[in-house]
Amino acid sequence: MEGRFANLWRLTVNESKFVESALQSELRVDGRGLYDYRKLTIKFGKEYGSSEVQLGQTHVMGFVTAQLVQPYKDRPNEGSFSIFTEYSPMADPSFEPGHPGESAVELGRIIDRALRESRAVDTESLCVLAGKLVWSVRIDLHILDNGGNLVDAANIAALAALMTYRRPDCTVGGESSQEVIIHPPEEREPLPLIIHHLPIAFTFGFFNKGSILVMDPTYVEEAVMCGRMTVTVNANGDICAIQKPGEEGVNQSVVLHCLRLASSRAAATTKIIREAVEAYNRERSSQKVKRHHTLAKSEVSGPIVVVRKRQQQKKSSGQEKAAEIHFWLWLWWLIVTFWR
Amino acid sequence: MEYVNPEGLRLDGRRFNEMRQIVAEVGVVSKADGSAVFEMGNTKVIAAVYGPREIQNKSLQKKNDHALVLCEYSMAQFSTGDRRRQKFDRRSTELSLVIRQTMEACILTELLPHSQIDIFLQVLQADGGTRSACINAATLALADAGIPMRDLAVSCSAGYLNSTPLLDLNYVEDSAGGTDVTVGILPKLDKVTLLQMDAKLPMETFETVFALASEGCKAIAERIREVLQENTKQLEYRRAA
Repeated sequence: MEGRFANLWRLTVNESKFVESALQSELRVDGRGLYDYRKLTIKFGKEYGSSEVQLGQTHVMGFVTAQLVQPYKDRPNEGSFSIFTEYSPMADPSFEPGHPGESAVELGRIIDRALRESRAVDTESLCVLAGKLVWSVRIDLHILDNGGNLVDAANIAALAALMTYRRPDCTVGGESSQEVIIHPPEEREPLPLIIHHLPIAFTFGFFNKGSILVMDPTYVEEAVMCGRMTVTVNANGDICAIQKPGEEGVNQSVVLHCLRLASSRAAATTKIIREAVEAYNRERSSQKVKRHHTLAKSEVSGPIVVVRKRQQQKKSSGQEKAAEIHFWLWLWWLIVTFWR
Repeated sequence: MEYVNPEGLRLDGRRFNEMRQIVAEVGVVSKADGSAVFEMGNTKVIAAVYGPREIQNKSLQKKNDHALVLCEYSMAQFSTGDRRRQKFDRRSTELSLVIRQTMEACILTELLPHSQIDIFLQVLQADGGTRSACINAATLALADAGIPMRDLAVSCSAGYLNSTPLLDLNYVEDSAGGTDVTVGILPKLDKVTLLQMDAKLPMETFETVFALASEGCKAIAERIREVLQENTKQLEYRRAA
């Protein structure tokens, strides 16, 4: 928080003393245990690659889009991805519109480092024409409500959006195989991104000169804490990124303790994310119907198409039935005529 | 590509636990209250400290009874091989934030209320480990400016390539795709202030790399102390004459 509105909201001395003394007796203001996380809900939008994550009162949305660009000169076979964070002024009175502040840049870079350096998103599969055209994936994170611990919520939003994103299928063809045809979703099924593992961020807050640590600090706790650390781990036991940006010094043992705490929780959070994504995919595929080129080209949901088909069948069966009756009448007349 | 050959020598001939050569000089910017140049191998950084002085922008002040610490990290456009396009990008913003918070942890800000301490860091030559060099340079400059600190903030980086932990990575080793762990400690208090890590590492390997970086920090702290003591002796000679 910096800028003109940075100090609009200040915690009173009473409140900060209350939070600190409660933590001395291992009590948190919202009644959680020291290492408990708030309730996490993951929802998805209509478009592919849009997610909405709520962690307690913190509300973050993630959107994934992609476009074809020229690759970087030193990596001609790899696609790229970039993360943009938008700290909406409605989330917090200290956020200013326009140029992102320090904490917005830091948040974007923490999540970017975790995804990029640990190779969570496979960039080689994003290559279309080596050296000429690659997919560039762009992840936009919008902070809608700052209830504390934006990093963790934004990280989960980014992961959920990446897992549900489908990029258009494209083929290389034309003369001299230099033309790239991008197929619309009606023609060919869009493809998911290849994600090797899920790096999940866990944020710790330090109090009382580094002797007390909590997980998932709220907005009030963030104003009181003297230091923080974000550890990004995946379910395979790897540490993907650590960010402890200065502030209060802590012992080495505390750092290792935080790493172990984060590693032990990675599997559970990964499961929650995967289950939410799978439920969404199931729901999405049950709504979809195979579209024929002869039928209406517009997006219609399942039931209407089925009804149309049935009407057509009825029509044709009516005609068929008339022809059948005609046939039987003629046969009857034949038998009657030639019986004698 | 082989970063550690079978005899255990790295690309520049160092062993896995050897740091690059350190050259440090204090009092290089005459206008500043404190300044220093810190070189780690080919990485060269200059730090200038102005303060404590009157607060210029009251809206930035968060704590009334503490000094305000501002830090600006920038890389000169000629510092890397290709001329850099912009001086200030997102990396510089993040590093300014991180270094400011690291120095804030070691400055006794409660002794200088209603004042502002500016730390300006300029990278003149970048060959890996610029943030570590910046923190070390800032410590020297703050000491030169006479600003009270609870300990020296020192920093060093370490990595893991070819299954070997390596101390003090240079640019080639850093861009190899392996991990880069930057540690900033307060050596006398034995506390970790800064810790940044990227790329995947299993937990046990991380502990080894972390320990190696901490050892490197302690070695740098010794060197910084020597430089400061030498500087104090020089000042004493000049005063006596």
